[in-house]
Amino acid sequence: MYRYDEFDHAFVRERVAQFRDQTQRRIAGELTEDEFRPLRLMNGLYLQLHAYMLRIAVPYGTLSAKQMRQLAMIGDKWDKSYGHFTTRQNLQFNWPKLEDTPDILEALADVEMHAIQTSGNCIRNVTADHWAGVAADEIEDPRPWAELLRQWSSLHPEFCFLPRKFKIAVTAAKADRAAVAFHDIGLKIVMNSKGDAGFQVLVGGGMGRTPMIAKVCRDWLPKGELLAYIEAVMRVYNLYGRRDNKYKARIKILLHEEGDETFRKMVDEEYERVKATGGAVSHMVPEAEIARIEKYFAPPKYEMLPDADPQLTQHLKANAKLARWHEVNVARHKQPGYAIVNISLKPEGGIPGDATSDQMRLVADLADKFSLSEIRVSHAQNLVLPYVRKRDVVAIFHALEKAGLASANLGLVTDIIACPGLDYCTLATARSIPIAQAISKRFEAPERQKEIGDLAIKISGCINACGHHHAGNIGILGLDKAGKEFYQITLGGSADEHASIGQIMGPGFSGEEVPAAIEKIVNTYIGLRSPGETFLGAYRRLGPAPFKEAVYAQAAE
Amino acid sequence: MAAKRDIRQVLTANLLRDGLVVFMTDGAAWSPWIEDAAIVTSKEAALELEGKGNTAAKANIVVAPYLIDVIDDSGRPRAALIREHLRTLGPTVRSDLGKQAERAGGGSGQGGAFI
Repeated sequence: MYRYDEFDHAFVRERVAQFRDQTQRRIAGELTEDEFRPLRLMNGLYLQLHAYMLRIAVPYGTLSAKQMRQLAMIGDKWDKSYGHFTTRQNLQFNWPKLEDTPDILEALADVEMHAIQTSGNCIRNVTADHWAGVAADEIEDPRPWAELLRQWSSLHPEFCFLPRKFKIAVTAAKADRAAVAFHDIGLKIVMNSKGDAGFQVLVGGGMGRTPMIAKVCRDWLPKGELLAYIEAVMRVYNLYGRRDNKYKARIKILLHEEGDETFRKMVDEEYERVKATGGAVSHMVPEAEIARIEKYFAPPKYEMLPDADPQLTQHLKANAKLARWHEVNVARHKQPGYAIVNISLKPEGGIPGDATSDQMRLVADLADKFSLSEIRVSHAQNLVLPYVRKRDVVAIFHALEKAGLASANLGLVTDIIACPGLDYCTLATARSIPIAQAISKRFEAPERQKEIGDLAIKISGCINACGHHHAGNIGILGLDKAGKEFYQITLGGSADEHASIGQIMGPGFSGEEVPAAIEKIVNTYIGLRSPGETFLGAYRRLGPAPFKEAVYAQAAE
Repeated sequence: MAAKRDIRQVLTANLLRDGLVVFMTDGAAWSPWIEDAAIVTSKEAALELEGKGNTAAKANIVVAPYLIDVIDDSGRPRAALIREHLRTLGPTVRSDLGKQAERAGGGSGQGGAFI
């Protein structure tokens, strides 16, 4: 993974010193809240329902064991010994004090981390496929490009005052595990007809009150042109994005209002200008710079192992629980003899995405012992050990089981994405976590989960859609109706390479009614599915009618 | 003629230094507990209370003071909206955190009841 050089270290330390000074001046009253708010937001510090909230950047979801341990320590020392992994692969602490935040940032800097640009109208954390570098289906590791974008976008003088927040995601696999189609810019590494790898550039995706799927802005872009081209996109957005209306300020609205072709033309014209003048970045990223960054992501020195591990095979035959967990949570690795171990942070009935400091330390220990000290965070709020030898899988399972981290539910009905919702967030209109917990409890039986198969339930506590409900096979949106929490169900969303936006099923439900409604939907699917057909496949084949009928006709009886 | 809407409000804010939720008392101090809050029942009194809150914000004690509606709950004020009520409790999914935990533990836990 990327390691800070002298410049990076100095930059982050300087930023900590700046923020320490700003915080002291705020507490002393030398800065007003209006003056201080944008400064604290640019350092990831929000004021939420019960306390401040600090959002820490985990660049493209990659963490070292040392960093994870430091996060655990920060949680213990300055928070309440737990953190929340988010749908942007970041970590949030819910109870930091303002006066402690400079010390927290200093502790982050000690391990090459920060909270810069995790809020505000700037380019946010660049996210990526959480199996980057190890997925069997990828063309190459997309993370060097995510790192390049991170360095380029950090304190970019032109793009720190955008009309609104800006989110970029990168993938290099056929299966899109990074939800790129729902980002302001989504980048896919693809091969052209000559067999060269380049970027397909998608622009204008997003969730929120007007969900949109990104459009292809450039079919294939030589990799070296990435920064210059993205600069052109950003310049068009910066110039023409709406600043008069917060709810129409994302690039998706600009693209929608201009039209795909006109927007592409605007970008192409700006790109020619960028190329002609050099802009702030020369046209092509120097190959030496690409090579320098790629070195940090070079594949590790794998052991040469046979793909099958006889001991693992024996254990799987002897231990049904292990076998179930292995079947669901352990994914195929590109290197023979290795496996990708996925750690669910969705214990049945638990809080999606939360991990205690003790659990973080356990994961760090497992990473050190079994995964070359590296951990990934997925946008689905789970963790990954990316470099596990198959012969170590059993030991990991037993350790996870002891810590309550061995839920065998990756991609299943209880692997629910949920934002913090009204339990924590000032923007929320309803609670999301209790809904997730109730649904998770209802479907917790392993046989039931197996019977249902792949099903992505995603829950947002407000229209801002941080829980990605638009991309849920079943999406749930919490609203306020006459002072009471009320939930709208959508069906048919998907965040993968066949992205789709869920459609509202019909009238909404109280919180108490939601789990039963979900059960009716699931039962309808099981009753009507073709052999081997997923929920999403069945929904796309059948349409909403049978599900609506099942839910609302039964409700009317 | 339409009846005037009855006002029953308290002032809430977050403490600047630690972000925790507080309520303004009769003596213009700040308490973590809504039952200590000064309740106003007229527009004039509400404006006056808001003014005191803004003064405290300018004095860098609190951030973002605002009035909330309360109802009477067995003689104690209770926030009328669920969002505001949750601010007096803590996350409903973690009964061991926030004010609800402090109540269960018997103490304010916030460095003194009145700030």
